[in-house]
Amino acid sequence: MARIIVVTSGKGGVGKTTTSAAISTGLALRGHKTAVIDFDIGLRNLDIVMNCERRVVYDFVNVINGEANLRQALIKDKRTENLYILPASQTRDKDALTKEGVERILNELAEDGFEYIICDSPAGIEHGAFMALYFADTAIVVANPEVSSVRDSDRILGILQSKSRRAEQGERVEEYLLLTRYHPERVEKGEMLGVSDVEEILATKLLGVIPESQSVLKASNQGTPVIHDTESSAGQAYADAVDRLLGEDVPHRFVTVQQKGVFQRLFRRSA
Amino acid sequence: MTLTSNAAAADTPHPASFVLKGGLFPLTLLEITRYDRTEFERDLQNKVAEAPAFFQQAPVVLSFDTFHEEAGAVPLPELQALCREYGLIPVALRSADEALQAQARAEGLPLMAAGRGKTAPNPPSAQAPEEERQGAAEEETHPHSPSRLVTTPVRSGQQVYAPGGDLIVLSSVSAGAEILADGNIHIYGAMRGRALAGVLGDTTARIFCQSLEAELISIAGSFKLDEDLRGEHWKQPVQVHLDGESLIISPLA
Repeated sequence: MARIIVVTSGKGGVGKTTTSAAISTGLALRGHKTAVIDFDIGLRNLDIVMNCERRVVYDFVNVINGEANLRQALIKDKRTENLYILPASQTRDKDALTKEGVERILNELAEDGFEYIICDSPAGIEHGAFMALYFADTAIVVANPEVSSVRDSDRILGILQSKSRRAEQGERVEEYLLLTRYHPERVEKGEMLGVSDVEEILATKLLGVIPESQSVLKASNQGTPVIHDTESSAGQAYADAVDRLLGEDVPHRFVTVQQKGVFQRLFRRSA
Repeated sequence: MTLTSNAAAADTPHPASFVLKGGLFPLTLLEITRYDRTEFERDLQNKVAEAPAFFQQAPVVLSFDTFHEEAGAVPLPELQALCREYGLIPVALRSADEALQAQARAEGLPLMAAGRGKTAPNPPSAQAPEEERQGAAEEETHPHSPSRLVTTPVRSGQQVYAPGGDLIVLSSVSAGAEILADGNIHIYGAMRGRALAGVLGDTTARIFCQSLEAELISIAGSFKLDEDLRGEHWKQPVQVHLDGESLIISPLA
């Protein structure tokens, strides 16, 4: 039985696609057959972040409309075994998504032996975001430690609790919070919301804290999910998050100000 | 602002041409204390001059809760026509007076539940029968409902309403969320959103919370906003009750 995980946030630009790419890669690297689907019809960027934008022949909407089958649309990742990407359409719009069409594709993927299906949601609370979260078993709500992002994440948690299929059937979606672009120094100075502030407002299990890191932009431009960059703090934090998702108890790193050693201060190594 | 979900509607093979849903709409009350045709028209003219923008087809509920005499003698069609002439559209009637209710039925005007608590001072001779009628009206319009219990946080954008009773929230209420009750509201957590107690007019309703961080609190229509709440009781465990027209905030023991 495939586990369907939606990566959502409400607010735009907080790191959903980065997270979808990193987590799906992390799961595949640990041996699980994983598919990651881009639900951002018309504004797709999962394909860019995963370096397959030049290999898109058929997309999500083609499969829903029966213009192609799933095998033809799924793109096998070149770097990681077990990982497949289903890109969004760039020319259509979100009205092409239907509950029946999305359900059919998710069932087909499950029958095909996929263990994890990551749904990369677009920003907002409209049709595209709703389709991405409707069938989810697990939700990773991505938020920046910043007031408008936290408010929007609260809104999307409310929608998950009332409008998802699980909610309609009287069950609950397993909710996790992922804090991204965290900057411990700024938290200490009082310029940024801290982990405990966000936890108090959202009252949701913390999956991980991803520190602000220059490696993320680099990874995005190179089309290499940041989890491959095992030296960067962000890459390591994502790896920890994947372990927690798989049930391991991993202490949170990169949450407190790192005391720089003498050599680090001399040579100013950036994360 | 819907109170019921229509999730099943999408799965029916032959969708009906309409769905019945609950809705909550803030409405203005025209609280009428006395009626004399010339005076009423003059008062309307003065109000229009004060706030012309409001009198553009504004829906109002005609309320006779504070009417000084026998409300049944009021010529309802004449009053309605006057209101319409000046841009107020009566959409419902609120009165315990049966004769007036009968007029309303004849006019096709729906009846709203009588408000509790707010009664004008009556001449002593009329006091006893007035109270009896008020009590009877209360019983038929407010059948006992159990309190509504919410155990999970109330998220931004959600609205929770407890009709006919109290609302108890065992977690926090987020900013951007709205909770309403006909009775009291108890929040065993932080109150960061909007809380409206006694929404049908119960002035004895109270609000209790463990941490006052609200955007708005209201009892029977009297409200205070965030800026008025940021005093010595901000983020403290408090209870709020209505004294006359003002909300009093006191610490919880």
